[in-house]
Amino acid sequence: MATSDVEIAEHALQHHFADMDQQKESSTFGMWLFLVTEIMFFGGLFCAYLVYRSTYYQAFVAGSQTMNIWLGATNTAVLICSSLSMALGVRCAQTNRTKMMVVLLLITIVFGFAFLGIKAVEYHEHWTNHQFPGPNFQFEGADAAGVNAQNIQIYFSLYWAMTGLHALHMIIGIGLVTWIVIAGWRGAYGPDYYSPVENVGLYWHFVDLVWIYLFPLLYLISKKHGG
Amino acid sequence: MSVEEHRQHVIPTSIYVGIWAILMVLTATTVFASFIELGDWNIVLALTIATIKATLVVLFFMHLYYSSKLTKVTMIAAIFFLFLLLALSMTDYLTRGWLTNPGH
Repeated sequence: MATSDVEIAEHALQHHFADMDQQKESSTFGMWLFLVTEIMFFGGLFCAYLVYRSTYYQAFVAGSQTMNIWLGATNTAVLICSSLSMALGVRCAQTNRTKMMVVLLLITIVFGFAFLGIKAVEYHEHWTNHQFPGPNFQFEGADAAGVNAQNIQIYFSLYWAMTGLHALHMIIGIGLVTWIVIAGWRGAYGPDYYSPVENVGLYWHFVDLVWIYLFPLLYLISKKHGG
Repeated sequence: MSVEEHRQHVIPTSIYVGIWAILMVLTATTVFASFIELGDWNIVLALTIATIKATLVVLFFMHLYYSSKLTKVTMIAAIFFLFLLLALSMTDYLTRGWLTNPGH
């Protein structure tokens, strides 16, 4: 064991852990537990979606068919690419390539902003079409389709709440990755200590995961359900 | 203990890129499938593809495949309880029309 390794290990090891293995395992496990609470957090909204979709099926079909599938699909691809650059960034931390890690995490941030930008275009479109729940809500063709516009409003309430909460997670994620980039640039992480990189990575992938379900539920599954 | 021992599994770049490629293909597939009239199977197919994508992300991008048994069991428990809570909620909402209350 080289002397420099001992110094790194002793510097990074907190006194209440037996060794680096235990410290890393505890840190990552804590992050997983947090993600479990996040699953339950989003789970409540998914449950509301299930309940109202089964109750007001035709209204959800009508609302869902106004979504721009191509913007949604592009955003899905953007998030998958961001997850790849994030995963490769964590790998660079493991293999002691700090500069490459910083570059990959910056790419991740760019993808994150691209997602939010495309989402903003969609939000703007919904807003100008009066598809925001509230007193100004309008839905053209609701009567012709034999659907109560009030029920379509429930679809849009859930749409804004679910994608809004997801976008909030994206904004927090971008903030966290920025923090890792700054600390990483200063040389805080290496193969012996990269738990913050790993844990922010887990958070980022989780946010990607939520979108993997939001995309089909909000955009896709009602595309061919006219009747 | 040497520093080498507590270095975690480093997954080859090719696996990450491979998983990324599969995820992109599955995204294209699910978008394509949404334009085909399949009746009730549209939702089944879309959610099956989403679940395959989510599983790949969790296992490889999030390293669960290489994680400790404790982490794996925790994740399985989380998914189990999510489905339990969703299922129990739906037993209420989906069965409300089943019983009639004479006089009301």
